[in-house]
Parts: sequence; structure tokens; C-alpha cells
Amino acid sequence: MRVDWRTSASLTGTVLKGLAAPLAVSAVVALLYAESPVPFLAPAAGTLVVGVALERLPRDDLYPREAFLMVSATWLAVALVGTVPFLLVGTGVFASPLDALFESMSGITTTGATVIGDFDAHPQGLLFWRQLLQWLGGLGILVLAVGLLSQLSVGGARLMETETRTEDVTKLAPRIGETARILGSLYVGLTVLLTVLLLALHYAGFAPNMGPFNAVSHALTTVATAGFSPEAESLGAFEPVVQYLVVLFMFLGATNFVLLYALTQGRAGPLRRSEEFRVYLGLVAATTAVAAVVLALDGTFPTVESTFRHALFQVVSILTTTGYASADFNVWSPALKHLLFLAMFVGGMAGSTTCSIKTVRWLVVLKSFRRELFVELHPEAVRPVRLGDEVVDESTVRDIHGYVLLGIVVFTLLTVLVVVDASRAGTGIGEFEAMGAAASTFLNIGPAFGDAGPYGSYAGFPAITKGSMVVLMWVGRIEIIPVLVLLTPDFWRS
Amino acid sequence: MRVIVVGAGEVGSNIAGDLATDHDVVVVDIDGERVDALSYSHDVLTVEGDGSDVDTLEEAGIAEADMLIASTDDDSTNIVTCGTAGVFPETFTIARVKRPQFLRTWERGDRTFGVDFMVCTDLLAAETITGVIGLPTAQDVDTFAEGLVQMAEFELPEDSPVVGQTVQEADRFDSLTFAAIVRDDDIVIPRGDTVLRGGDDVVVIGSPDSVRSFSEAIAPEQSGPRDIVVVGGSEVGYQTTRLLEARGFSPRLIEHDPDRARWLAEKLPGTTVMQSDATDREFLERENVGDADALIAALENDQKNLLAGLLADRLGTKRTVAVVDTVEFADLFEAVGIDVAVSPREATAEEITRFTRGRRAENVSLIEGDRAEVMEFEVDADGDAVGCTIQEVAETLPDGVVFGAITRDGELTTPRGDTVIEAGDHVVVFADADAVEDVTAAL
Repeated sequence: MRVDWRTSASLTGTVLKGLAAPLAVSAVVALLYAESPVPFLAPAAGTLVVGVALERLPRDDLYPREAFLMVSATWLAVALVGTVPFLLVGTGVFASPLDALFESMSGITTTGATVIGDFDAHPQGLLFWRQLLQWLGGLGILVLAVGLLSQLSVGGARLMETETRTEDVTKLAPRIGETARILGSLYVGLTVLLTVLLLALHYAGFAPNMGPFNAVSHALTTVATAGFSPEAESLGAFEPVVQYLVVLFMFLGATNFVLLYALTQGRAGPLRRSEEFRVYLGLVAATTAVAAVVLALDGTFPTVESTFRHALFQVVSILTTTGYASADFNVWSPALKHLLFLAMFVGGMAGSTTCSIKTVRWLVVLKSFRRELFVELHPEAVRPVRLGDEVVDESTVRDIHGYVLLGIVVFTLLTVLVVVDASRAGTGIGEFEAMGAAASTFLNIGPAFGDAGPYGSYAGFPAITKGSMVVLMWVGRIEIIPVLVLLTPDFWRS
Repeated sequence: MRVIVVGAGEVGSNIAGDLATDHDVVVVDIDGERVDALSYSHDVLTVEGDGSDVDTLEEAGIAEADMLIASTDDDSTNIVTCGTAGVFPETFTIARVKRPQFLRTWERGDRTFGVDFMVCTDLLAAETITGVIGLPTAQDVDTFAEGLVQMAEFELPEDSPVVGQTVQEADRFDSLTFAAIVRDDDIVIPRGDTVLRGGDDVVVIGSPDSVRSFSEAIAPEQSGPRDIVVVGGSEVGYQTTRLLEARGFSPRLIEHDPDRARWLAEKLPGTTVMQSDATDREFLERENVGDADALIAALENDQKNLLAGLLADRLGTKRTVAVVDTVEFADLFEAVGIDVAVSPREATAEEITRFTRGRRAENVSLIEGDRAEVMEFEVDADGDAVGCTIQEVAETLPDGVVFGAITRDGELTTPRGDTVIEAGDHVVVFADADAVEDVTAAL
């Protein structure tokens, strides 16, 4: 059996064709600000033509091989198309094709690592395109998770099923397409709701800076747990009430959408019974508490409220892989920076828009460790790993061990690469900053520490590092396995 | 009453034997030798043939029968037989099944499968075992009035603190009634000055709490098992473990077959499942099975259960309960050192027999075979007893009757001589076999 690349290409074509719409929206935004719409209309026309052409390829059933190829190819293709507006506008850092590609890949993978240093140098239309790209990335992963990854045994999606199976909500509808539509509507609904709330705060006079452009821009990247902001100071540019609201929506964006959907149907039971949700909530609460205490001891902020707020905001932002900043945490004490670094490896829940390892995988890993200890003492014991009342398949447990191990290996290699490449280029970087930048890009968080801090940019990294990060943002977003599968000779062999 | 019993195995023969004294019994079995044997041993009519064949049932006189009991060893046959009997809707049908799933299905509908009453052998055995295991030294446990009232039969150990005390001295518990003492095959109705002796079987009726307190009082060193080991993940073993979990225990379950062990481990979140041979002494020692408070042997065959039980007993397990398939072996098991032998077949036969009697009472429990009964009655508004005190009712009854408990609007009342019986009360009464008719008539 050969890979039927034409089926994959045809499906990718359908997605590329669809990209014309968001590009057109960005063109409209550019026109509203009296900027040239050409950087958006040109790629819109291009992607439409290429998309339609690819779509006409004969399409067969989607088997795992074709699905792996399609998933990997789609994200890469969208990132490439997304690069074009940056290149065509070409101002500032975007004169460099690599930086343009970095920004686009960071956008579509909802990473939020930026190369922009001076936000005033770029037209509004382009800044809006960055935001929209992230929103599409968040939607894409959600649809992908239910639609495709569940069939590709990548672990995360199957776990999401394990978590929700008892409630009969995974299959919200008999057809996968219908399920994807329901979750998509929820995603759109949350975005619209946040936009309306932000605008309400603005017009009520509580958030003078949160005009329509900012409201839409931040709503797009909050629910996507993505992290781009058209403001140089990120959410630090806004009032506390805005920050609290954004914390809530980052938290929701990182919550399993299937459980959120049940909630909108008036059923709180599934969410309450979800073990992953309880642990996720507990992690947020515990990390916030520790961060707040350390901030208070350091005397970083003048009031109890601001101490708590910045602790909460930064913990939720990093733990959910969003990457917004309410303050420059790069100047916080080392203890806090290490705490945030650890939070990078958590991620929210499976079935949400977040990246990183995700709470449920850690839960399974820790439970299987505990099982191993028990079996050491009682060799004959048969002890399945459970999430709530549901038993996790042994094959899923193996998948997850493999995934976590692979993630750690890739992260370690990337850290080494960042250090070596920086030393080669003569820019130099500390170990911790290198680890932060590696984790932040590969796990799709965004800001890290040092130059790559919340108010810094990735523009200063050497080319090889940036190129590797582009690849690893892509690999990290689609959960490593699909891309690695493509690299095995077996995949291409008949 | 005319009763057709389909299936002349141990359960069917037992039921037929129990019912033959008072009713016209017809036994149907596909095995000619078995029906012949039965017609010699009991005063019953026998028909050779397939019980799920309507012609056979007609030959057995189904048109005039009041009741059909399907008690072969095959679940499907029993269900189909009842379905076939459904052609004659006047006949009340009882089916015996092994698999609890059929019981669950039946419970959800009204006369599902054409079955009026269903008894699940394995579940019944599991319930019996969990009842016995929860109360140290209990030989038999039954519940009445939707769980508000419990009847238990205890064997008093020789070194029990209550041995040598009078009933009045031992009766320190609220809402507990001493119903009877079984002493050397005699049933003694206890008076306040009756002295308790070691080896007596005491039948008490009361709230589950007071029964548990009494159980702890007669054997303080054995109070409340914590560490329970179940050997064998058969259906009985699985159901028993499930019930133990539901009662808050965290049992250990030993199962030999790897696939079954895995299945059990998935189904029983509160249980530690071990995949091993339960007769592997080294394994039992390593897992400290000897320290367990109770071991339940529920393997597929009697010999293995006996072996597992005796091995555990030798290692020091405080109490051993074994499932015994062949009814006659039960006494032998208890004679050689198993503390309680539970026979699913006997339990089933007893349940069906007590159900056929219970059609007069709400609920019946048989003591010592059928030497005495504990019965639950709901008092009708037009009953003779309404408005009378217990004293007044008791005076009309023979000696072997004890009022054990009364529940009214979901509350338990301990009956005293001056307690007035009201319509709607549930009365739990202990009655000697000779007094059953009178009690039934009076209430």
C-alpha cells in the first residue's frame, strides 16, 4: 500500500482555499485604516487558485497514512501562505523572509513568540492578520483534535475520549463533522462574547485603551490561548479589570471544549467529575498561591491586589500556553522565573486550544509511576491506570510515555542547539534563557526569559536557531508524532 | 396449588422436594433417568421432555398450573421456558438465572421475557457471602422492610463474653430482639431467664446497627473485618467483590487467568487484583494472606475451594468462607475447618421456596432448613390485628412466635407488649414451623 498523496493534497487544497476568506477580512481591515489591501488580496487570490487546483486532485478515503501527511502538510502550507502578507508589507524585521516565516509559524501554531520589537513600525492590517492567524490556529487544532487526531492514536485525543466517554459527550453528534461544527461554534461564541465584554468595558469607561481594534484583536488570541498582542506591553497596557476578564477566558480556552459544551447545555456534572479538570484547576490555584507569596516576599508590587493579580495572570498565561504578559516577568526573581518555566510544561486540558504536554498526560504518567511502585511490592498485582472511573488503555499509556519522553528529548536537543548556535554566532546566551526559549517555542507558549522575554523579541537569535524553532513550533503544535511518522522509511514504503 | 418445576438438577429437585408436601408438583426434565429417580424419592409427577416445548408443558398440565418454576442449569433455557409458558398468562412464572445481566434487564421492565419472578443464583450467593462476612460469626443474614430490619443467626463461641449470661443480661441493645435459640437441634424460644450457652445458634432481629453491635459483643476479638481476600474471579467472586466494594471494603482478589484478571481489575476500581494461583503457598505467604481477616474461596470447583480455604486457615486467616456447588458437601466443608460454606444452589432453592411461601407474607427467611421462619407482613387496614396490642395478638397465637420488629413510615420500632399495631405497619415475626399457619392467619 503506497501513500495516496493526492488525497492528502486534495484535502490540504480545501483548507488553502478557505484561507482566502480571512485574508480578505484582513484586507478590509487594512482599507479601514487607509492602508494598502494588496499584501492580503494577492495571497488570497494565490491561495484560492492553488487551493482549488489541489482540491481537484482525485480524493479517496482518508486512511491513517494520508491523514498524517495531510495534517502535517496543512499546517506547513498555511504557515507558508501566512508568511506572504508579512513579506509583501516588508517593513522592519519582515524584510527578512526567515523572520516573516517565524512570525507566521508562531501565529498559526498559537505560539505567540514574536520577532517584532517596534510595534509602531507595522500597519494595522498586518497586526490584525497576526491576530487572525492565531485565532485560525486555535480553531484548527480543535477541529483537528476531534476530527482527525482521535483516529491517529496520538494519545491526547484518545485521552480526551477517555475523560469524557462516560458522559457520552465525546460523540456530541453521530458524525465527526457535526461534532467539529458544534465545538467550532462554541469557539466562535466565546470569542464573540469576550469581544462584546471588552467593548462594554471600553464604552463604560473602564478601559479607555480597549477600542474596537484592540478588543477584537485580544479576543481572537485569548480564546485561542495564543498570546499575540498588537500592544508592545501586551496586556500590561490595560486596566486590572481587563486583565481579570482575560484570565477567565484564557482559563476557559484551556478547558476541554467538550466539557464546556456540556456546561452550555446546563450540565455541570461532566466538568465537575473530570479528574483532569480538577487537577488543572488545582495546579493553577497552587502555582498562583506560590507565585503570589514569592512576589509578596520580594515586594515586587505595592498592593496585595496587584501582587495577586500579576501572579494569577502570569501563571494562567504561561500554564495555558497563552503567553500574554501583564508585567515584565523577566525582571522577577529567579525563583519565580523557574516556577514559570516549570509551568510551561503543563499546558491546559486535552480537547482545548492549548499546547504543551497537557495536564491529562502528566496525570497518566504520574499514575503509571505510582502503579510501577505498587507492582514492585506486589508483582502479581493487576492494576489498570484510571482517569476518574474510566480505565486508560495500556496502549494509550505507552503512547503517552513515548510522547512525554520524546518531548523531553526534543526540548533538550533544542536547548543545546540554541546554546551552541548562539556561541557560534557570537551572541551568547545563558543556559536558563536557552532552556526557556527552547521550551517556549517548542511547547508553543511564546515569551520566555532574557532577550526572548515578554517585552523582548526573538529577532536577535541567529538564523539556524530561528529556523529550527520554526520547525519545532510546527512539530510541537501537531504533537510531534504526525511529523515524525512522515520521517520513517516505513511510511513511504508500500 | 399446582406447580410445574422444569429442570430436575439439584435446584429443581430441592424445590420439588420442599413443595411436594403441600402442593401438587410436576417435574419436567429432558433426562429420563433423572425424572425417574425423582419420582421414587419424592411424591411428585414427572414428565420427560423439553420444557421450552409447549407440547411438553401441556403434557405437564400447564393449563391448570398456578406456577411454573424454570430451574435448569442453563439461563437461556429457563428464560425461553418462561416465555413459552407465557402462552398461558394465568400461570405465574419463576426463572432461575446465573448471569446478573438478565436480572438487571428483567428488573427494568414489567414481566420482561414473560418472567414474573427472577432469581439470580450468583448474585444471591454473593449477597449471602457479603451478609455473612460483614458480621463475624454470623451463619446466616437476611434483610426485611427494605433494609430497615436485619435478621441474623449467630453461633456463640465457647469463649464469648455473653456465654453464661441470661438473655436479659445479654440484651443490652436498643431495637434488638432475641427471636430464638437453636440448641442441639431444638428451637428454644428465649425467656428473660434463659441462659446462653457456648455453641448455641442465636437468631436475632433488629436494626442493622444493633445486629452489628451484637455481633461485635459476642466475639469482641473478631470485630469488623478489614482485610478481605477473595479467591477466584468467577461470577460469584466478581459479584461478591463488587458488593464488598459497595460496602466500603477494599478487598484483594486473586484470579489465575490473566485476561479475566485484567477484566476484573478494570471493573473493580476499589480492589487490588492479583494474577496468581491461589494454591501457590509461596505467593500466599508473600502477600500475607494469613493476616487477612477473612478469605472467600469462589473458584470454579469445590475441591479447589476447599483447598484454598484450608490453606488460608492453616496460614492463619481468621475466617474462611467457601462457595460449594454440590449441596451435600456444605456440611462436610464446615466439618473439616471451613467456617461458612455457601451453596449457591441451595440459596437459590431456598429463595424460590421462600418466594412461593412469601406470596402470603411480604418476605420470608427460612431458619435451619425449614424448621422455623422469619416472615414480614404488611398489616391490612381491614386486618383483625389492627388496633390490638402485641400482647393481645400474642395471646391468640401458639408458643413458638416472637415479634421481632415493626416498621412504621420507614421508621423501626422495637415491639413491646403494649405496642399497638396500626394499618400499614410492617411486622417481622419469628415463627416455629408449627406456628406459621396461625401467624399468617392472624396478620
